[in-house]
Amino acid sequence: MSFPIPDLVPAIPEMFVLAMACTILVVDLFLKDDRRDVTYGLTQFTLFGALVLTWIVHVPEARVTFSGSFIADPLSDTLKSFIYVIAAGVFLYSRPYLKERGLFKGEYYVLGLFAVLGMLVMVSAYSFVTLYLGLELLSLCLYALVAFDRDSGRASEAAMKYFILGALASGMLLYGMSFLYGLSGSLEIPVVAEYLIANAGQFSVPLTFALVFVVVGLAFKLGAVPFHMWVPDVYHGAPTPVTLLIGSAPKIAGFAIIMRLLADGLGAMHADWQGMLVLLAVLSLAVGNLIAIAQTNIKRMLAYSTISHVGFLLLGILAGTQEGYAAALFYTVTYAIMAMGGFGMIILLSRQGFEAENLDDFKGLNERNPWLAFMMLLLMFSMAGVPPTVGFYAKLMVLQAVVQIGMTWLAVYAVIFSIVGAFYYLRVVKLMYFDKPADEPLPVRGLDVTVVMSVNGLLMVVLGIFPGILMSIAALAVGP
Amino acid sequence: MHNVYLAIVLAPLIGAIAAGLFGRQIGRIGAHTVTILGVALSCLLSLVVFQHHVIGEAEVYNAMVYTWMVSDGIRFEIGFLIDNLTALMMLVVTFVSLMVHVYTIGYMHDDPGYQRFFSYISLFTFSMLMLVMSNNFMQLFFGWEAVGVVSYLLIGFWFKRPTAIYANMKAFLVNRVGDFGFVLGIGAILLHTGSLDYWEVFGQAEGMARETIGILPGAEWSLLTVACILLFVGAMGKSAQVPLHVWLPDSMEGPTPISALIHAATMVTAGIFMVARMSPLFEYSEAALSFVLIIGALTAFFMGLVGIVQNDIKRVVAYSTLSQLGYMTVALGASAYAAGIFHLMTHAFFKALLFLAAGSVIIAMHHEQDIRRMGGLRKYMPITYGVSLVGSLALIGFPGFSGFFSKDGIIEAVHASQIPGAGFAYLLVLLGVFVTAFYSFRMFFLVFHGEERFRHVQHDDAHGHDAHHGHGHEPHESPWVVTLPLILLAIPSVLAGYWVGPILFGGFFDGVIFVLPEHDVLGKLGADYHGIGGYIAHGLMAPPFWLAMAGLGAAWYIYMKNPAIAARAHERFGKLYELLDHKYWFDEIYAAVFARGSVKLGSTLWRFGDALFIDDILVNGTAKTVGRLAQWARHSQTGYLYHYAFAMIIGLLVLITAFVF
Repeated sequence: MSFPIPDLVPAIPEMFVLAMACTILVVDLFLKDDRRDVTYGLTQFTLFGALVLTWIVHVPEARVTFSGSFIADPLSDTLKSFIYVIAAGVFLYSRPYLKERGLFKGEYYVLGLFAVLGMLVMVSAYSFVTLYLGLELLSLCLYALVAFDRDSGRASEAAMKYFILGALASGMLLYGMSFLYGLSGSLEIPVVAEYLIANAGQFSVPLTFALVFVVVGLAFKLGAVPFHMWVPDVYHGAPTPVTLLIGSAPKIAGFAIIMRLLADGLGAMHADWQGMLVLLAVLSLAVGNLIAIAQTNIKRMLAYSTISHVGFLLLGILAGTQEGYAAALFYTVTYAIMAMGGFGMIILLSRQGFEAENLDDFKGLNERNPWLAFMMLLLMFSMAGVPPTVGFYAKLMVLQAVVQIGMTWLAVYAVIFSIVGAFYYLRVVKLMYFDKPADEPLPVRGLDVTVVMSVNGLLMVVLGIFPGILMSIAALAVGP
Repeated sequence: MHNVYLAIVLAPLIGAIAAGLFGRQIGRIGAHTVTILGVALSCLLSLVVFQHHVIGEAEVYNAMVYTWMVSDGIRFEIGFLIDNLTALMMLVVTFVSLMVHVYTIGYMHDDPGYQRFFSYISLFTFSMLMLVMSNNFMQLFFGWEAVGVVSYLLIGFWFKRPTAIYANMKAFLVNRVGDFGFVLGIGAILLHTGSLDYWEVFGQAEGMARETIGILPGAEWSLLTVACILLFVGAMGKSAQVPLHVWLPDSMEGPTPISALIHAATMVTAGIFMVARMSPLFEYSEAALSFVLIIGALTAFFMGLVGIVQNDIKRVVAYSTLSQLGYMTVALGASAYAAGIFHLMTHAFFKALLFLAAGSVIIAMHHEQDIRRMGGLRKYMPITYGVSLVGSLALIGFPGFSGFFSKDGIIEAVHASQIPGAGFAYLLVLLGVFVTAFYSFRMFFLVFHGEERFRHVQHDDAHGHDAHHGHGHEPHESPWVVTLPLILLAIPSVLAGYWVGPILFGGFFDGVIFVLPEHDVLGKLGADYHGIGGYIAHGLMAPPFWLAMAGLGAAWYIYMKNPAIAARAHERFGKLYELLDHKYWFDEIYAAVFARGSVKLGSTLWRFGDALFIDDILVNGTAKTVGRLAQWARHSQTGYLYHYAFAMIIGLLVLITAFVF
């Protein structure tokens, strides 16, 4: 067996992030606590550098390297870019929070960068092994990050739950992949796809069996009902900056592996996985929106909201059309930006010894800080899907894709549950604007955070008024 | 002539706008000057139009002025149709309106709403002209509603009086019932013909007569009959026919000039005019004509009876108006449209005269309206006395006065008619003549003759919108602005009747009013018509004359010669008196059934439909259900790891079961 040296160019961004993560790990060891901003700066530099490198080595055609297990194409480069930007935002929002709580350590940034690396690998995975490698890298970093605040019992509990359930789900995913390997004789996604196309119309029971396990594994990573149980506990238990990290960028990576596995690899079995995704979407929309109403903790509420958004994301994918994939990508990116803003707002309003994580903490925000209240209003409107915010177009595109394949009932169902969902988003707005504030003073925040939050909030409207920008990016990434 | 027609319509409108919006700036004198000039111009030009069309025998004018919109092929237009009927109506409307404008200067001279009043009556004149000059149903409906609105505003002119507010609300609501029928009728016509233009619709009348429409399952009705009856329901509201008449007596809450102009001479006759205008439609539906005939006859007789027991001077005249409107309607039902319009015209003159004369009496009596507290006014108010006598004689149809010619024409026409119900109607209108004479002269004698009872009664100021007077003043004749219109109206009240030849039996309405040969009662009567002298001579021998004389004599005997009879009759026929005094309990029944029923229905719908079903079950119910569901579902999140893992395994099993097997 020969092992030729692969074409390394397409993987330069990943190698850069890896190298930098290792460098930061070492550099951080020699820094005193009051110089920790250097770590932060290097991390942001890494993300910025990776973004630049990605577009330097970018070519319009897809390139496959590492013996067919790695791919760089417009989809991967687009998704990676969003991951860099969102991760940078996450680190930026987190810094003051971590500083106030004595958590401003190198581990957060190193683990964070490795998680980013895991996402990058997932996005570019072209074989089952790479895909699983990326997924596990991301997951292991997140497990550790959830437990990052060692003194918090809630965080440790959440990390434990996440780890065990994650292991179970990874096992299922691996199990399904092994079946596919056994049947097709290959780990490479295009080869599996070819095998399936060749056998179209006569899928054996083991094949469907394998598909179920793969779908279950993916559903867990996304947090679709009934594989969602970890989501509220982890979102709630983890320190808010970690919740912010888990809730935003990994969704994009999750979308990527669904695209690679289901759309590309198992595309021939669309009819089968479409049914499964319909079931998952229907359950996610109902459970997510309904239970969110009963929450008093905004982190838990946003966790359930995530579940319902996953339902919408699945709607776009299950359509199985180019429009559907583009809509799902649009939705994912939109959601990641909205979630970043939402959790970022919690960080902004928290201070030492006080977590602004209960709904009541948002009471009368308009009187205390009208600008932040307005930004939160935009974010909530966007999540609820109120025009002219971008959330409206995201929902609209997904619903269009669903109607195009003739599943109008599903679209109607989704709309009904978005109306139910509108209740708890608008409740936040009501609390901010119509209720009397508590006498808690607001923490003073740095210019960087305020500016990014303003950009984040206003983006909801700007993208809502000019949805064409994001739409064309999504359509280009998904390809013709 | 196009610009002349436009000017006739717009002159009163400009006056109304000037007096209404800029009343404060132009002041009282400015307001009445501008409105009177506008209406005088209209009246003058109407005379020109009359000369042009009736005497000059010009072509019928039918042209569009302005297209409002075209929707789905249906044109909504403003346009004029000017023929002899229109010219006659324009003359009557503008002339009476002008008289009322002048009279108002005297009647309303110290009312704070002076400019507003002038604005309203000019606006009314504009609306009424739009109605009669229309060449399409849309504009007809506009005019119809516009006069209704102005009528509403004017009945409630003294808006601080609760009774006035009650009366204008009542008028409005009752007219809504009629207008609903009217608009449905227009809809039925539009449904079949696809046009709102009179001539286009009339051209398709025969086709509509053959078309049927199934309103209730199993029952097919002629579309034309349905449309005509619905249109007539509108006329019943506007022209106060039984059972939609209840608003008219109460409308007397408005100032007297309004009672004369709107609730006697013009607006209430809009229904009569409309049916006459629609004669090409009604002619093809014998059922509709029969319906019109019977409703008219009932109104003519039974409303007259109520007039006998009324004591308010204006109410007596109001019931008289109801009764006379019934006569006009009877004429329409008998296909004697020309007789109906002729009576409309003569009635407009003499009834406006009677109302304005009543107003003059009311001024003299310091806004006392109860005829039991009057008496012997002849010597104080000679002019009012004279014109009232003329008006009353015209009303009862004394030979030589205008009412004689028109009413006699109607009675003869009904006698000759072959339409089902004509025999019944003939009996009622004949008896109505006696009743008319009786209540007219009862009022006349009580007001102008006999004891001067106003000297004895303790005056309670029930109608005191102006409490400036004290007692001890002698009643005196009204100023010239009041008496001049009275005299000017008295002239046509006598003379208009001499026109009977051309209008009833000549070719006045040729090509305007359409009558099928088998319904042409006037044509039959016309064969025996040999000039005015013969007509009067014939009238002197006919039963209506003797009935009228009997009514007059009875009134004189009972109320002048031997008043004890009245009291005894009151005791003897207590039940009948009560029935009439309560106006057949129409108001009470409507209040109990429709008013209270609507309130009950409304509160039921509100309580069960809105509050319970929509608010509690649909809106709050959904919210509560969702909330409860959420509270229940959140318990699935137990926090136990093994529950979570279990849920995943269950999910996996469900997927395998559903998709693998």
